[in-house]
Amino acid sequence: MENESYVKIMTEWDIVAARQLGRNIAKELEFGTVDQARITTAISELARNIYLYAGQGEIRIERMNVYGKCGVKVTAADNGPGIQDIRKVMEDGYSTSGGLGAGLPGVRRLMDEFDITSSLQEGTTITAVKWIR
Amino acid sequence: MVARIPILKLYNCLLISIQWELDDQTTIQFQEDLLQKIHETGANGVVIDLTSIDVIDSFIAKVLGDVISMSRMMGAEVVLTGIQPAVAITLVELGIHLQEVLTALDLEKGLETLQRELGEKAWRTNPM
Repeated sequence: MENESYVKIMTEWDIVAARQLGRNIAKELEFGTVDQARITTAISELARNIYLYAGQGEIRIERMNVYGKCGVKVTAADNGPGIQDIRKVMEDGYSTSGGLGAGLPGVRRLMDEFDITSSLQEGTTITAVKWIR
Repeated sequence: MVARIPILKLYNCLLISIQWELDDQTTIQFQEDLLQKIHETGANGVVIDLTSIDVIDSFIAKVLGDVISMSRMMGAEVVLTGIQPAVAITLVELGIHLQEVLTALDLEKGLETLQRELGEKAWRTNPM
């Protein structure tokens, strides 16, 4: 079984595809139903951010096994315009799209680990991990 | 091809049971279809049942919230029913509280909520 799967995000249909892939992997790893919903929702938000702000990019989903701890790692990567002020996008209620996405603070709350790197003109990479409890 | 969500009329109410995962286009199409149906039928109550939905992201929540405001503007009250525990948890964690939205545990209680909100008029068997 492959450890990493990915979906290219180019159209809004790819958001559904990424979500479904995430849900299938979360199910397969035997996450509980609430965590399955958290992971699937987080992927949906990250994929939508790519679609809205970068136009295109990809969502990678990895199965993790670190010292017997299992989980899933979601990476959202794009070569879009980058984020000018990361601190600001991590504030609740901040949006540049008129409130389309609940944004990154929401994704951070849904997942256990969250990391973001971004540079202007080069793109943004966000990783988020959920561990099986 | 955009899938259309069926909208059923029951006396003065419209009933919608969303049975499959919502994508953006289906959700937006539903918004238009519901408002059109309210306009055609003069319905003053709407129940949207989400029992089969296991994920609602912020976009779908926003479109649902919008369609509720729009329906209200047209004179129809909307109740969301059957929100799954996992959906409620993820929505609140996302920061979406749906605070001004009427909700009920299931379709039956949703219809009762509407009945209370609208009074007797929603349940006349021979509307105008």
